[in-house]
Amino acid sequence: MDLELSESELAFQAEARAWLAANVPAEPLPSMDTAEGWALHQEWEARLAADRWSVVSWPRDYHGRDASLIEWVIFEEEYYRAGAPGRVSQNGIFLLAPIIFEHGTKDQQDRFLPTMATGEEIWAQCWSEPEAGSDLASLNSTARRDDGRGGWVLNGQKTWSSRATYATWGFGLFRSDPEAARHHGLTYFLFPLDADGVTVRPIAQLDGEAGFAEVFFDDVFVPDADVLGAPGDGWRVAMSTAGNERGLSLRSPGRFCAAADRLVDLYRSSAVEVRGAPAPSLETSDVGKNVVDAWLKAEAYRLYTWGTVTRLADGGEMGAAGSVNKVWWSELDIALHETALDLLGTDAELDSTWLDGYTFALSGPIYAGTNEIQRNIIAERILGLPREPKGAQR
Amino acid sequence: MRFELTEEQRAFGDALERLLSGADTAAVARAWADGDHEPGLKLWARLAEQGVTVLATDASPVEVVIAFEALGRYAVPGPWVESAAYLPIALGREVEGVATVAAPPHAPFALDADVADAVYLAGPNGLTEVTPGDRHGSVDRTRHLFEVAASDPAPEDAAFDLSALATAAQLLGLGERVLADTVAYAKQRRQFGREIGSYQAIKHQLADVRIALDFARPLVHGAAVSLAEPVETAPRAVSAAKVMCGDAAYLAARTGLQVHGAIGYTQEFDLSIWITKIRALVTAWGTPTFHRGRILASLTAQTGG
Repeated sequence: MDLELSESELAFQAEARAWLAANVPAEPLPSMDTAEGWALHQEWEARLAADRWSVVSWPRDYHGRDASLIEWVIFEEEYYRAGAPGRVSQNGIFLLAPIIFEHGTKDQQDRFLPTMATGEEIWAQCWSEPEAGSDLASLNSTARRDDGRGGWVLNGQKTWSSRATYATWGFGLFRSDPEAARHHGLTYFLFPLDADGVTVRPIAQLDGEAGFAEVFFDDVFVPDADVLGAPGDGWRVAMSTAGNERGLSLRSPGRFCAAADRLVDLYRSSAVEVRGAPAPSLETSDVGKNVVDAWLKAEAYRLYTWGTVTRLADGGEMGAAGSVNKVWWSELDIALHETALDLLGTDAELDSTWLDGYTFALSGPIYAGTNEIQRNIIAERILGLPREPKGAQR
Repeated sequence: MRFELTEEQRAFGDALERLLSGADTAAVARAWADGDHEPGLKLWARLAEQGVTVLATDASPVEVVIAFEALGRYAVPGPWVESAAYLPIALGREVEGVATVAAPPHAPFALDADVADAVYLAGPNGLTEVTPGDRHGSVDRTRHLFEVAASDPAPEDAAFDLSALATAAQLLGLGERVLADTVAYAKQRRQFGREIGSYQAIKHQLADVRIALDFARPLVHGAAVSLAEPVETAPRAVSAAKVMCGDAAYLAARTGLQVHGAIGYTQEFDLSIWITKIRALVTAWGTPTFHRGRILASLTAQTGG
């Protein structure tokens, strides 16, 4: 058992570190959920892609480096340590691309992956519906067969679609067989968000920015060429990669380790006073303990990830451990930012990168399957506890 | 990079597991608590045959934590940390028979000095053999704590770090066992017409214990790897493991008791052996406050984060 990187992994790390040092913007980019910030984030994606750093684990044919999972984790650590911008193309790269690689046709791979890698097309996920959030299988938006035109006609509404305000393409599940049982008869579609019949209505988030949107479908035609996987097989297609190694990639530990390091710096520098008021002291507050705990939990996540990566490299599967991961990083993210706000004292309510990070962190336990759903998964699939009887939850 | 136990390390853990699962360690612990050391010393000898007492000098800290996680899982009584972690490092050789040590201020009493062949006191100038004084009871009835003559603080050296780490590993094993027993109970105990483990309120508490233990384990292994090398940050890694294992095991104990209800609150039920040992080990070999302080000092001493 060891934590030592090989010669080639060290070389990869050094190359990434050098490139990031030379290229990361000196000033943080404006929020990606504004028109100006969106354009700058797209430029950053293009710059990453030009030197093959946007999708390091992808094949070389699609702008990648064929990097191993270990190298991917190394890259993420370096990326966030360097203070590089959040990834505007994240939904596409981490949620959709693995499915296109596994279930997409060669034509779909060639059409969609290169523009995703360069940030030319940004993808929005269209999963939730007004009546289907955590209970995704209860979704109602429909796809009707149109043999004449060789495709499908979509109707219905999606909501909380991250990045849909400015994105150009969307992906989501639609009920293509109304007779089939809940998890069956769903089909996975890819569609341009400027297609005839699509209406995107931005929704302002807590911070006032339109990070997500409602998307309305009114007789939207999608050709067969843009169906991902077999019609009616959408649930299996969507879930096939949910638990695998890419499940790891939603939030890599690098982000939290870098934030914990910045928190320690903030603790060191804020030990005196804020606007004349004494900074929270160890004697009268938990702030020192909370700084340690944030660092500890980020460190635990880092080491846990190395263990996961080793198991996956040995042919293991992520499985329900993805749920353990998700609860951990989402709660860590909030605790870490809350501690920073405690340290900022009365300045905590002012605009700052810590405040931005805090508002973003608040969504963690809600999206990608609420933490309540994750805890049920852990209890039932890992601990083997009995399922709640039908009807008991509602 | 291979952050996983090797096949040999797994096999060693499995061998200890087989030995301990057949040893009725709850009965051994009860006898030990009542002053009957014979079953405990027999078990000690069998574990020594498996090599547990020579790991600190002949193997690596990774093997040490594997052994102590197993000792924790089965709540094995006795001065194991003292005899198989601290003293072998401090003396530079394995301990023959059973020995114990007090290392103030983090381990101020000599544990189980009444069964030890040798009793030491650690101070700034090394070890001295001492005669134990008055005995104190512990929340863990199997821990018999003996006064020793006052001494200046023992150094936080490699022997201390291995002891704190072994205690962390023990806590991890104790927490795992409490979780496993509690899950088994929640699947079998019925209230309002169904298993209590089917209620979301119970599920979520147990899921939180699973999560806490899952993230404590890599810190134990990470600290073992960094002590093996050893690297400059090893003491911080040890403290990280001790804090997180203490928190996780304590959560397991509190949750385990809550889910078991009144039966868990009785001395007759074996759960009491595990949860009282967890409470004792949370503060043994460095309190959470001490270890957090050591982490904070290390983090803020670095320049530039």
